[in-house]
Amino acid sequence: MSSERLDIRTSDDVVRVRQLTRTLALKAGLSLVDQTKVITAASELARNTLDYGGGGFVLAELIEGAGRHGVRLTFEDQGPGIQDVEVAMKDGFTSGKGMGLGLGGARRLSNEFFIHSKPGEGTKVTIARWK
Amino acid sequence: MDRIPILKFGNALLVTIQVDMHDRLATALEEDLTAKIVEYNAKGVLIDISALEIVDSFIGRMLDNIAAVSRILDADTVVVGMRPAVAITLVELGLSLTGVKTALNVERGMELIKARLRTTESEEDDVEQ
Ligand SMILES: Nc1ncnc2c1ncn2[C@@H]1O[C@H](COP(=O)(O)OP(=O)(O)OP(=O)(O)O)[C@@H](O)[C@H]1O
Ligand SMILES: [Mg+2]
Repeated sequence: MSSERLDIRTSDDVVRVRQLTRTLALKAGLSLVDQTKVITAASELARNTLDYGGGGFVLAELIEGAGRHGVRLTFEDQGPGIQDVEVAMKDGFTSGKGMGLGLGGARRLSNEFFIHSKPGEGTKVTIARWK
Repeated sequence: MDRIPILKFGNALLVTIQVDMHDRLATALEEDLTAKIVEYNAKGVLIDISALEIVDSFIGRMLDNIAAVSRILDADTVVVGMRPAVAITLVELGLSLTGVKTALNVERGMELIKARLRTTESEEDDVEQ
């Protein structure tokens, strides 16, 4: 299975994450709407990695299971972490000047969503979208 | 840094977003548009996003901001050409873009703006009489 790691250090890298996600989503055979959803979720998470995590990377993988393909993205940073993940997940919660839609939106736009964060250590978010 | 071109026709401005914009480019467009509305005393702004494959919370906020600022500056903003998959995704993301006027395509958007220009002109005529 193909996988690719991409550093997220600048807002150009966020564009690259979107492009990489599109390439994988096409390979996985996702419908146009599902491609759009997973690219949008990737864009939200990549921006969070950059803006709040102080930069990090994404691991993008083409996955296979039960006869179908999908895309899995794991965003990781070693930034300040999230104090209360449950609160951060709520729509409308932002510690910056966003709209607080990124995390909740990414969860709704994905079939699988995992988040792990520890204050002082960093944040890891994994999403998957299946065909 | 690159800039998104802004075209002027009569009292209106036209922006066609053709690239996948990084955040700074989107912010620059917002600032440039605001400046041009004032410079040309524009009454309408047409933003064609038919080439955009996604609209995330950042671009969504940019569109909302442009609409809000132009309203204060007495100009109407119409966003045209949003792809159906983008519209579906935006709703699921939780972004309703309630403050943004939309139209199916450039022609329809232009009609909305022209209608606005006509009422503005007739109001001005009324004042003169
Ligand atoms: N990688 C991260 N590292 C540290 N904190 C994070 C990270 N990702 C999210 N957060 C925290 O969670 C909050 C909510 O994130 P979310 O993406 O939902 O909203 P936002 O980024 O603030 O606004 P929006 O995404 O709508 O522009 C952020 O404001 C931030 O405090
Ligand atoms: Mg966010």
